[in-house]
Amino acid sequence: MKLGRRLKTRLIEGALFASALSSVLITAGIVGVLIFETAGFFKEVPLWDFLTDTQWTPLFLDKHFGILPLFAGTFLTTVVAMAVALPVGTATAIYLSEYASERVRASVKPALEVLAAVPTVVFGYFALLFVTPLLQRFIPGLSGFNSLSPGIVMGIMIIPIVASLSEDAMHAIPMGLREGAFALGATRLQVATRVVLPGALSGVAAAFILGISRAVGETMVVAIAAGQQPRLTMNPLVPIETVTAYIVQVSLGDTPTGTLEFRTIFAAGMSLFAVTFALNILSFALKKRFREVYE
Amino acid sequence: MRKKIFALALSILAIAALAKAAKSGLISIDGSSTVYPITEAVAEEFQKAEKGKTNVTVGISGTGGGFKKFCAGETDISDASRPIKPSEVEACRKNGIEYIELPVAYDGLAVMVNPKNTWVEHMTVKELKKLWEPQAQRKIMKWNRIRAGWPDKEIHLFGPGVDSGTFDYFTEAIVGKAQASRGDFTASEDDNVLVQGIATDALALGFFGVAYYEHNKDKLRLVPIDDQNDENGKGPQEPTYDNVLRGAYQPLSRPIFIYVSKKAAAKPEVERFVRFYLKNGAQLSREVGYIALPAKAYELATKRFDKRMTGSVFSGVKVGVKIEELLKKEGR
Repeated sequence: MKLGRRLKTRLIEGALFASALSSVLITAGIVGVLIFETAGFFKEVPLWDFLTDTQWTPLFLDKHFGILPLFAGTFLTTVVAMAVALPVGTATAIYLSEYASERVRASVKPALEVLAAVPTVVFGYFALLFVTPLLQRFIPGLSGFNSLSPGIVMGIMIIPIVASLSEDAMHAIPMGLREGAFALGATRLQVATRVVLPGALSGVAAAFILGISRAVGETMVVAIAAGQQPRLTMNPLVPIETVTAYIVQVSLGDTPTGTLEFRTIFAAGMSLFAVTFALNILSFALKKRFREVYE
Repeated sequence: MRKKIFALALSILAIAALAKAAKSGLISIDGSSTVYPITEAVAEEFQKAEKGKTNVTVGISGTGGGFKKFCAGETDISDASRPIKPSEVEACRKNGIEYIELPVAYDGLAVMVNPKNTWVEHMTVKELKKLWEPQAQRKIMKWNRIRAGWPDKEIHLFGPGVDSGTFDYFTEAIVGKAQASRGDFTASEDDNVLVQGIATDALALGFFGVAYYEHNKDKLRLVPIDDQNDENGKGPQEPTYDNVLRGAYQPLSRPIFIYVSKKAAAKPEVERFVRFYLKNGAQLSREVGYIALPAKAYELATKRFDKRMTGSVFSGVKVGVKIEELLKKEGR
């Protein structure tokens, strides 16, 4: 009887360990496939060309494999998204953490959750069919496909992430610090910006980085509303193509597997992975540096 | 315990029976987004006539994409807005797929601009070539580079992607070599994306099958094309029904096809579908905005299908096929 029970415990332990191990293995598998196919890609395309060529036309007769135009598209949409999400998200977090009554908090927080729950494809069509025509009324030169409209919608989409994580970070600041500041005669705003925010900086920075990662990796909104024309530009009013939209375009098309054109998907995916990985490391480092531990 | 086993067995039987009953005939079609409106209209009417006995799915992977699937034996019928290429003939041969080539309608490939575009009243084939050839990439970026007197503003180009037969045909007809095109334009096999792009951008120019223009007349403006060949009709021509029929809209008039797998044609539902297509194709293609072939052409196509004549008579044929030549070829 005793042996049976021991075996059962060991088995359960093993099964749980296997589950935990599986996520590591899957990540390793994904990275492995990316590296393998990307290596195949770089056998035919020099890394220098990939990083410096200013055109991306791998499917056409005159082939160019410069990733810069695609990253320009991703960069543009991300910058616009962050211009919307970071200020609004942080302001929302400050309000919810420092000003809001329990009642307001109870209704605003669920509303944020709903915003986060809207499917990205819905956001995409919202950008294409509502936001773009609306913007075209104020900006006459705006093309139907551009990076401004999906950027704004992505920003709206990312507000809940930034707000929620920042608010959690601010909430962790002990009340004692705030009370001390109030006792010294500080206003609410001063407490929020001079005591709480600096104290929660690591968490807020982590929220920012997560928001940026989310924007960089966003696919649906840009695939629908940003266009499919890779071009190296900083103009948010013209059609562009992001890295993610390109990957979708070729994956859904009929490029045969094993060809150089097919491997461009992996090269693009690998560079995207490198960027988000770097952002993650940055977030980790920032957290470590600015972290303040309270008793 | 016995009751549980009995209930389980009964439910398995029930599911199997349901599955068998639900397993109606399925016809899978894929390929050109240009031919899609006709095939989809035919499929709708066919499924209505069959009262749900047969399901027809129609994809829009582009002519090239459709042939890749067709020659791999994955689809029964391939929509194509250009004849099958020699490389695709070879791929089909390798996999033992025999095909019956059937022209179903005539298309005038339309060049379109936004209604707010006030400066283009016609374009010549030479200007289109200057705009779309590979050397134009990054060089011809503004309207005044095509023709002096046009605005000094950016051109935003829209067109089908490299898997599209429309792309193959346009590049062959305008630039002189299939697939020879600049790469810096918005490429999409989905013509609705192109319509959306041109309709919302005053500086846009694009090309696709005239049927998509017919359905979006209020959002787009047609550009008459002048091939500077008086034999075909003097001056710029629009892809109207009559112009395409009498061969005046050149070089962008072209027949569009369906390719039926001989193996699939052995299935009774596929045979019924193809006959239905050829019988109603004329009327339905007119309805969706294409130019119907003369009745004789559909007769000859039906005869071709009856005899299960495989192989292509259009593959490798010169651009600018007029309806009379089409009929001649059918007779052979």
